[in-house]
Amino acid sequence: MTKNSVNIKLGGEAGQGVESSGMGFARAIARSGLHIFGVQDYMSRIRGGHNWYQVRVSERPLYAHEPKIQLLLAFDERTVREHLDEVVEGGAVIYDEGLKVDEDEIKSKGVIPMPMPLLKLAEELGGSKLMLNTAAVAAAAGILEFDLSYPESVIRDSFGRRKGSEIADRNIRVANAAYEEARRRYAHLFEWKLEAIPDAPKKMVLNGNQALGLGAIAAGCKFCCGYPMTPASSLLEFMFAQARRFNLVVRQIEDEIGALLHAIGAAHAGVRAMTCTSGGGFSLMVEALSLAGSTETPVVVVVAQRPGPATGMPTRTEQGELLFTLFAGHGEFPRAVLAPGSVEQCVYEMARAFNLAEKYQMPVIVLTDAFLANSLRSVDMDAIDFRKITENIDRGKLILPHEHEKIDEALKDGYRRYEFFEDGISLRIPPGHPKAIYSVAGEEHTPEGFIDWEERADNRVKMMQKRMRKLEVAVSDMKLPQLYGPQDAELTLVCWGSSLGPTLEAMERLNDNGVRTNLLQFIDIHPLDWESVADILANCRRWVSVEGNYSAQLSRWIRMNTGLKPAGTVTRYDGRPLNPVYIVEQLQSLLVKV
Amino acid sequence: MVAQVTMKDLQSPVEPTWCPGCGDYGILNAVKRALVQLGIPPHQVAFFSGIGCGSKLPDYIRANGFNSLHGRPVPIAQGFKLAHHDMVVIVVDGDGDNYGIGGNHWLHVMRRNINITHIVQNNMVYGLTKGQYAPTSMKGFVSSTSPEGTIEWPINPIAIALAAGATFVARGFAGDPKHLADLIAKGIQHKGYALIDVFQPCVIFNRINTYDWFRERIYKLEDDPNYDPHDKRMAWEKAHEWGDRIPIGIFYINEDLPTLEEQIPALSEKPLYQHEIPPKLEDLEALKLMFV
Repeated sequence: MTKNSVNIKLGGEAGQGVESSGMGFARAIARSGLHIFGVQDYMSRIRGGHNWYQVRVSERPLYAHEPKIQLLLAFDERTVREHLDEVVEGGAVIYDEGLKVDEDEIKSKGVIPMPMPLLKLAEELGGSKLMLNTAAVAAAAGILEFDLSYPESVIRDSFGRRKGSEIADRNIRVANAAYEEARRRYAHLFEWKLEAIPDAPKKMVLNGNQALGLGAIAAGCKFCCGYPMTPASSLLEFMFAQARRFNLVVRQIEDEIGALLHAIGAAHAGVRAMTCTSGGGFSLMVEALSLAGSTETPVVVVVAQRPGPATGMPTRTEQGELLFTLFAGHGEFPRAVLAPGSVEQCVYEMARAFNLAEKYQMPVIVLTDAFLANSLRSVDMDAIDFRKITENIDRGKLILPHEHEKIDEALKDGYRRYEFFEDGISLRIPPGHPKAIYSVAGEEHTPEGFIDWEERADNRVKMMQKRMRKLEVAVSDMKLPQLYGPQDAELTLVCWGSSLGPTLEAMERLNDNGVRTNLLQFIDIHPLDWESVADILANCRRWVSVEGNYSAQLSRWIRMNTGLKPAGTVTRYDGRPLNPVYIVEQLQSLLVKV
Repeated sequence: MVAQVTMKDLQSPVEPTWCPGCGDYGILNAVKRALVQLGIPPHQVAFFSGIGCGSKLPDYIRANGFNSLHGRPVPIAQGFKLAHHDMVVIVVDGDGDNYGIGGNHWLHVMRRNINITHIVQNNMVYGLTKGQYAPTSMKGFVSSTSPEGTIEWPINPIAIALAAGATFVARGFAGDPKHLADLIAKGIQHKGYALIDVFQPCVIFNRINTYDWFRERIYKLEDDPNYDPHDKRMAWEKAHEWGDRIPIGIFYINEDLPTLEEQIPALSEKPLYQHEIPPKLEDLEALKLMFV
């Protein structure tokens, strides 16, 4: 028997509830005290096609999914055809007995076919064939011998309050019958079991976009706007859903150009403001990003990457915008780029982005991707400590226009928005106070903020140096890459963003196989103390960058700043997330060559 | 109580760089007069401009200004207004800004009825880039990018504004600053989005639509006792009048619609920038429960 370590895949057509069933099951398992990692895969269509959702379960925190599964829940025949090869020997396929599935083929792979009267139970006991997915999930729980009370509680929460408990009751009736039937018929044949850990720390189940939303709200972001674009839309939707509760202004704008400009306008008024998009939308924002740089307006832009170029692969994942976000915009201006790699990091880095933006009065980009934005993870509730955010709000040299006493104290001889200071950072008083009436301009301007219509060389040099000086000062607030694993290793894996999870597991596997390996994660991409980074990398015997893009963009950025080259690169650009097995395989062929 | 505001209070230390005789002087004068007339002190008004000769206006008036990008002041002004809705927000941009490159922003701001006054300096030519044709140039207009005359028909800002749902649609003339000041004052007082398209002669690059050309043709809608600016059908008809007679004044006004900011719950008590941050810890902790 294998306890509390299993990989389950649900598959079916769009509209069959694959994602909601998978997420519900994942939530139920997390309520039992186990850790989950949930990842979805869907096509860009509303109905039909093929979607799947995969839930991995363990007693310890999980950061990645695995390609091999033990249990396949097939809502249609195509799921069996497409995913049978992923099921390990001794694994099982649960499906409705009415589907045309070739049992012999399943058996020939050493996999156990488990046909079930799912539709019949749904219709007879639930009165609706829509409850087929409830039956399927309950059947899975049955062969896993997982305590059904956890899925039941999730059913109650999903249907109980909103639609009247009658629907919940009917679902639970279906669930109980399917559970008992599956357990009776198949549980003894199936090796993998789930056992609740009732005294484990209480868990939350959330994805990267929700985590970013939590971080933004905790940091006091009051203005969020955007234009829907996968995979960023669910972040915008999350902010809309929280607008009432937290008194936010959340707006859907006509395009991404207008979205970043709205955020700039709100930030100019002294409000913490953000927008979110994917690569294509960010392309449209680039001109406004340059304006934020020139006017020294603090805004936060979330770029949830997906494969490009152009529309690329709208529902897939990639880490292809690192160099784009670093260089986007005409002219030279300061910015910061942060790339959280886990749900917890999404919460904290998002909050930190607002501090950096306001302290240095510059745009800050938070880079994620579809894999991180959508994949569901369980984290201990205590792992997200909002006090770490609320007690560390840093608005820099900001005085709001209604803070009269502070303004009287600060302004002895008039206000100049872009006055020169040694750190390059000027006092920021948003418009509204009689002692601080001023202009700002995207065009090169004077310390007062007027357009420098003579385009004077000396003023230009001072202004460029003032703005760029902020970056040098900001380095002190930036984090060097984080080391995981043993101090000394023969191999160092270098990664950023969502490749953290899969690379961490790859590192563990390599260590288990006798290859002493550690990992360096870059959360802060820019600005950085590159001398220190160079020292760290110079002490690595061999380092390999692991990235979800074609050209190993982080390794290029490192080389540009340090002159150092990796021993090799592991890349992936087929639109699918990195996973530990893929990374180890690629490393093995690479290390033979190195 | 209306504050005492004088033309002197609005005097900027910066000297305009406009050409002698430019219509922008008349617009600047009218804007100042409107603020004096309404008693709006300079710290309570924020101008947002695009790029072009007329978009330099914020530097030439003592008030808050934001000289942004070509075609982009409208979304910035909206973000600002939602964050500080007590402020009088005025967008000043040109025909290239608003009817060309920023057209999409304009189309959408009109259906939102946000309380912003929008002055479009319409000189029917690209002046600052030295004489290319504009979206409002008349068909056949000869310019450096239409050497044989434009083969496109011009934008009709008034008709588009009416169709898009603007609740205050007016047209003024830079050669009549007193009348224009009155339109701007009414636009500021209007609860919602107000468009004031302004005929602004460019004395260097538009030798067709000159001060005299306009003076020979324009007449004031308010002089017609039968004209009712609350009647959208009448407005629609007047919007298409062009040629020997061209109307100016208020084409259309609808005072019955709520503004965008009135419909946003977070703004019901005080401006967004005055909200305390961060939120209460207990509210954040409660938020965690939705993920259990």
